[in-house]
Amino acid sequence: MTNGSPVLEMRHIRKTFPGVVALDDVGFELRRGEVHILLGENGAGKSTLMKILSGAYQKSAGEIVLDGAEVEIRNPKHAQELGISTIYQEFNLIPHLTVGENIFLGREPERLPGVIDQRAIFVQATQALTALGLTLNPRKLVKELRVAEQQMVEVAKALSLDARILIMDEPTAALTEHEIKELFATIRGLKEKGVAIVYISHRMEELFEIGDRVTVLRDGCSVGTYDVPMMTKSELIRLMVNRELTDLFPKEKATRGPEVLRVEGLSTHTGLKDVSFSLHKGEVLGISGLLGAGRTELARAIFGLDKITAGTIYLNGKAEKMDSPRRAINSGIGFLTEDRKSQGLVLPLSVKENLCLSSVDKFSNWGVMNAKQEQQAGDRYVKELRIRTPSLNQKVVFLSGGNQQKVVLSKWLCSEAEIFIFDEPTRGVDVGAKTEIYQLMNRLTATGVAIIMISSELLEVLGMSDRILVMRGGKITGEFSAAEATQEKILQCALGE
Amino acid sequence: MCPRGITLRQDFLSHYGRQLGTLSGLLALVVALWILTPHFLTISNLLNVAEQATIIAIIAVGMTFVIITGGIDLAVGSVLAFSGVVMASSLQSGIPLPLALLIGLGVGLLCGVVNGLLITIGRLPPFIATLGMMSVARGAALMFTEGRPISGFSEGFRSIATGEILRIPAPVVIMIVVYVIAHFVLKRTKLGRYTYAIGGNEEAALLSGINVRLNKTLVYGIAGLLSGLAAILLTARLNSAQPIAGMSYELDAIAATVIGGTSLLGGEGTVSGTLIGALIMAVLRNGLNLLSVSSFFQQVVIGSVIILAVLIDMALKRRGK
Repeated sequence: MTNGSPVLEMRHIRKTFPGVVALDDVGFELRRGEVHILLGENGAGKSTLMKILSGAYQKSAGEIVLDGAEVEIRNPKHAQELGISTIYQEFNLIPHLTVGENIFLGREPERLPGVIDQRAIFVQATQALTALGLTLNPRKLVKELRVAEQQMVEVAKALSLDARILIMDEPTAALTEHEIKELFATIRGLKEKGVAIVYISHRMEELFEIGDRVTVLRDGCSVGTYDVPMMTKSELIRLMVNRELTDLFPKEKATRGPEVLRVEGLSTHTGLKDVSFSLHKGEVLGISGLLGAGRTELARAIFGLDKITAGTIYLNGKAEKMDSPRRAINSGIGFLTEDRKSQGLVLPLSVKENLCLSSVDKFSNWGVMNAKQEQQAGDRYVKELRIRTPSLNQKVVFLSGGNQQKVVLSKWLCSEAEIFIFDEPTRGVDVGAKTEIYQLMNRLTATGVAIIMISSELLEVLGMSDRILVMRGGKITGEFSAAEATQEKILQCALGE
Repeated sequence: MCPRGITLRQDFLSHYGRQLGTLSGLLALVVALWILTPHFLTISNLLNVAEQATIIAIIAVGMTFVIITGGIDLAVGSVLAFSGVVMASSLQSGIPLPLALLIGLGVGLLCGVVNGLLITIGRLPPFIATLGMMSVARGAALMFTEGRPISGFSEGFRSIATGEILRIPAPVVIMIVVYVIAHFVLKRTKLGRYTYAIGGNEEAALLSGINVRLNKTLVYGIAGLLSGLAAILLTARLNSAQPIAGMSYELDAIAATVIGGTSLLGGEGTVSGTLIGALIMAVLRNGLNLLSVSSFFQQVVIGSVIILAVLIDMALKRRGK
């Protein structure tokens, strides 16, 4: 077979869950040696479609044709046997085993029945890695690898299973710019070998760099498949959301009020070195920088999570000792963490309970909760933020990503925070929900709230901030007003050139 | 579009369905025993069952709190023995009854708080901390009594177990009061809310400003306090405090909690479920005795019931998702 011939076709795929249609007549065709982007808002059905392809879900109707023959993919193992492998966002590697042992996990070469042939593992793993152009030592433990290297191990593992179809779900989410370049080089190598790649990503820039064709999904239906070079970003966004997004960053400038927060000479053992800055009512202070520059550490220190070794935090001109999140919250600070599932929400609890979690004191007398007040607060924020939930007693685990983010936001609104720290507020959020979050920021600053926004997306920082700080190596290396900031200037400070 | 397919009916079932399931299990058991043996469904036997259930049921309340936080308490049985013998010797040395009872409860509370501090300040896994305390408290009880039981108490003290309130045995009344309070604490107070939040996601709880250490320590304190209360009831019933009392009670309490639908992963659970779980265990023991099943085979049956109950619970949960 030559590159360009179809290797896989999914026709009229339908998937229903009790009471819901997740996919309704989706068509998808994959050719040998192409990078096929799957694009759609959260909840459009991308993951469901890929879970059907990888055998995690069973389709309700439709057919899957592999190399011209119809197949039923029974389970993930069966999918692997058919040559379909998935690289998940969370890797399935065992940290305490070596690279080689991970690659051959579950199908170890044996010397005698039950006795593993370590030498064969080493030799074959080296071959698999070299074939990918990698110089990784197969005897190294996986836990000692960088995230990007772990991802390469996943790819090597998939290829050693003779994968002809590789599904990559947000593969660049945790990578640095440089690592993304490495990954793309590997992907191009795979294309030449004739591997077909399904690539899911929210990052538009990547799509144009690596993609050959793109299929857009919307509300469980396929909108169409297009050649990437023929499309523009705005056309694709329109296809995804079915509405024109005239302005991606609806920034509205609020009146800048008095200073609410000042940090002087802040250092921590987590790597902050002599950080000083101030924050005013009604402003959005963007914090830019590469991964590991100390941005999240700064947020954690202000929020009382990490011990401060030197320096002072002033709130409304008064020095405050921030030694616990509790104190920070009582001083009017709210922290929307990067990872809402592991840090922001208690998934088995209800919308109402999550929403009131930081303000339990407000809703209780002598330790007894006031159910009526809680209910009223819950009703209010569900209405105000348009949180889509059948009831306040719904467990948040059943809500969509965007709605979960709104619950976290309500939690801090409810605790009457006056300083909001957003850490990567739109990561993993689709275009439509992004705009909604930006509009909420506008509403917050209009009421005099001050916002610190940590973000890795330069355009977001440029689009939404009134003032921008750039960090590198735990220090602040640049400060710009919105008017004078450019991508180049920020990158220079972030890279230290 | 999202949330998908979640109806109000499911909302109701996700909150109460589990208890309904366990309750129907209990009822099925009662009906089966009613058919199999005429002695089972008599007022006196049912009161007997309730009385048998009290000790484990009370310990299981503390266990439920601990397990909801995502922890475990292996020390409850030993702490029962230790607080029992300390209280008994206070009684015999002439300390007034109310004070002796407070001493018994205090020893339990103290052991629980030490567990809590080892887990929160010492950062030990709950399994290890309470495993250590299990041995320490048992050893302390044996040392304190030189291995001998302390027996013979006043009529006043024994009436805690033998007395009746409105013709219901006093221990059963105490158990009911404990459950009503525990239900209220879990569902309606800050401590209860924090207990669920810590078990559901400790980091998110911390970042929401919850004093995780304090609340966890309190929860282990409650488990210890209830072991102390169980010690009072057991000592009064047997008219004797034994250093080897409460052996393997922690396992029965865990079983009652888990049968009652509390998740060992933390974040979910109810005391009403636990009460049903404790009753299932007691009814089963009582029924097997009435049917003259050998005590060896009883263990096989009870173990199987525990496994079966959790299997069914997990299957129902999966279907719910």
